[in-house]
Amino acid sequence: MEVNEIEIEKDKDKVLSEHPVLVQKIKSRFGKSIVETVIFRGEITHVIETRDIADVCSFLKYDQDFQFNFLSDLIGTDCRPLNSFFEVVYQLYSIPYKYRIRLKVRVKEGEHVPSVTSVWQCANFAEREAFDMVGVVFDGHPDLKRIYMPPDWEGYPLRKDYPLVGYKDEYNPCGVEKKQ
Amino acid sequence: MGINENVLFTTLDNVVNWGRRSALWPMTFGLACCAIEMIAAGCSRYDTDRFGIVFRPTPRQSDVMIVAGTMTKKMAPAVKRLYDQMPDPKWVIAMGGCASAGGPFNTYSVVQGSDLVVPVDIYIPGCPPRPEALLYGFLQLQEKIRREMPSVLAKFKS
Repeated sequence: MEVNEIEIEKDKDKVLSEHPVLVQKIKSRFGKSIVETVIFRGEITHVIETRDIADVCSFLKYDQDFQFNFLSDLIGTDCRPLNSFFEVVYQLYSIPYKYRIRLKVRVKEGEHVPSVTSVWQCANFAEREAFDMVGVVFDGHPDLKRIYMPPDWEGYPLRKDYPLVGYKDEYNPCGVEKKQ
Repeated sequence: MGINENVLFTTLDNVVNWGRRSALWPMTFGLACCAIEMIAAGCSRYDTDRFGIVFRPTPRQSDVMIVAGTMTKKMAPAVKRLYDQMPDPKWVIAMGGCASAGGPFNTYSVVQGSDLVVPVDIYIPGCPPRPEALLYGFLQLQEKIRREMPSVLAKFKS
């Protein structure tokens, strides 16, 4: 074992001994929904099955041992070409307990994610951003439309296969030619 | 006092140009950080008022549009619309690197130079340009207007 691997292991034990509830209680309740749990540098990440994310989130918010009443951020990520999926990352914070936790959902192209707007109202704009930039579709969102780009925009700019300089048009003569 | 001290001779073009360049009213319109420098230029320390440059909050009363900042593709139709709402004669100053040529943002969402949307008269480099630079741009614009020939232009237009 290399030195930093030993440190990571120690780190893992420390997190587990300090806040066992963040791993064990969630695992005992949603064992089948958790694909993977990663503890790294004192940060806990649960990868959740896509269909169960809304249930897990509402449990984490309303359970008295967690009270994750603040959704810090919700991010869409394009994990291609290393993997074949997109990720939606939920950064949660519990104001009463000062806990932080990260949830992830992995979706393939064309798959939908249940919206968490019913759990946290502030997920509304964040989910619209993830839809706008990476094209993840959220089921149950009250008004899923583009938030940054113009409504008639084509494509999702933060996908890996979208050219950085954009496509050639009247406003960008040095852009990439669009493939027909 | 004789007649020599009371009669001035000039051309109509000179009088018109003098009037146009001495009361350049820019539109209060900013897109990004350059707008902060534009505001500073308008405030008491740099004071554009002494050149007759008074900011107007409506395009209908403006002569100059200062494109102050990064113009995104989403904003471009609005900028064009504001330009079209301004009465003739009108001029455009592209303030800063972004408005001149896209600046550091060679990306999918940024217009690569505001001259792709509106006809630009003066380009001011800088990121953002200091208020002095904006004032110098205005003086250059005044010089440009001084050399215009409205009577000739009017013939071409009609």
